[in-house]
Amino acid sequence: MARLKNVEELKKLRAEALKDIMVRTQTGTRIIVGMGTCGIAAGAREVMNAILKELDARKIEAHVETVGCVGMCAKEPLVDIEQAGKSRIRYANIAPENVPRLIEEHLIKGNVIQEWAIGRLDARKIQ
Amino acid sequence: MRELSLHILDLLENAVEAGASRIGLSIREDLQADRMVIEIADDGCGMRKELIEKALDPFCTTRKTRHVGLGLPLFSEAARRCGGDLVIQSTPEKGTRVKATFRHSHIDRAPLGDMPAALLAILLSERPVDLDYCHQVGLREFRFDSSEIRKELEEVPMNHPKVRGWIFQLLQEGEASLFQEKQGWQPIR
Repeated sequence: MARLKNVEELKKLRAEALKDIMVRTQTGTRIIVGMGTCGIAAGAREVMNAILKELDARKIEAHVETVGCVGMCAKEPLVDIEQAGKSRIRYANIAPENVPRLIEEHLIKGNVIQEWAIGRLDARKIQ
Repeated sequence: MRELSLHILDLLENAVEAGASRIGLSIREDLQADRMVIEIADDGCGMRKELIEKALDPFCTTRKTRHVGLGLPLFSEAARRCGGDLVIQSTPEKGTRVKATFRHSHIDRAPLGDMPAALLAILLSERPVDLDYCHQVGLREFRFDSSEIRKELEEVPMNHPKVRGWIFQLLQEGEASLFQEKQGWQPIR
């Protein structure tokens, strides 16, 4: 690969990121998007895009991660939201149009959207 | 799938599942030879000969949750439909290489589609993996190696919210550079 042209920008980003990295890993929010064949075919990539865009627009910093198939293929796209100290909630059949409400209700207002949620994993204590 | 990039994303996910730490992806669009070649090579756990032979069977899968694995069969069908084919080479404990070829101008060849988003989805994988990406269109080339970025970032993970937007933009600009048209009238000499 030709020398990375934007090394300076990258170094700056690293400096900024280092400032808040310690805080984030302990108290952060994780949004997990299923990206197995089932998820991809159901449009999970577009849902991931919508989530990234929404987080950006609302200036919310949350980790977004992709995982493989969990076995509930008919319910894809699946979006799990995990927040420190709270249960991990699994949302099913999420379309890009649902993302604004998902972020608004769950992340900002702290309410689980019952009509879309299909599962809950209770929070584990982080030592 | 509606875009070839979704098939590619699918196979990249397979590589992650196989425990790969580095995945090489190359897309070569040779308009003169009318060929598109997509190759994905990983350093994961590999496949034994018996598995390679059955891999294109939709009822063959390594998953425990289902008895159906559609990723490779669907991609293979897409390639064959377009005057091409899909070949799997693998060595257990070394890695796997999948090569799909297409007749570029074939009317049934799905568009490549949104590669930056597909690549970002892999870079945001729960288990971090390095991606060595090369996309050639004619004489133009876009190369992206995530390990170079990882080296600069040191302890900061690539999926850090501040970093991922920057990477996405880098990918979009790189892909766009392959297709830029010159605007306006060009002198004929």
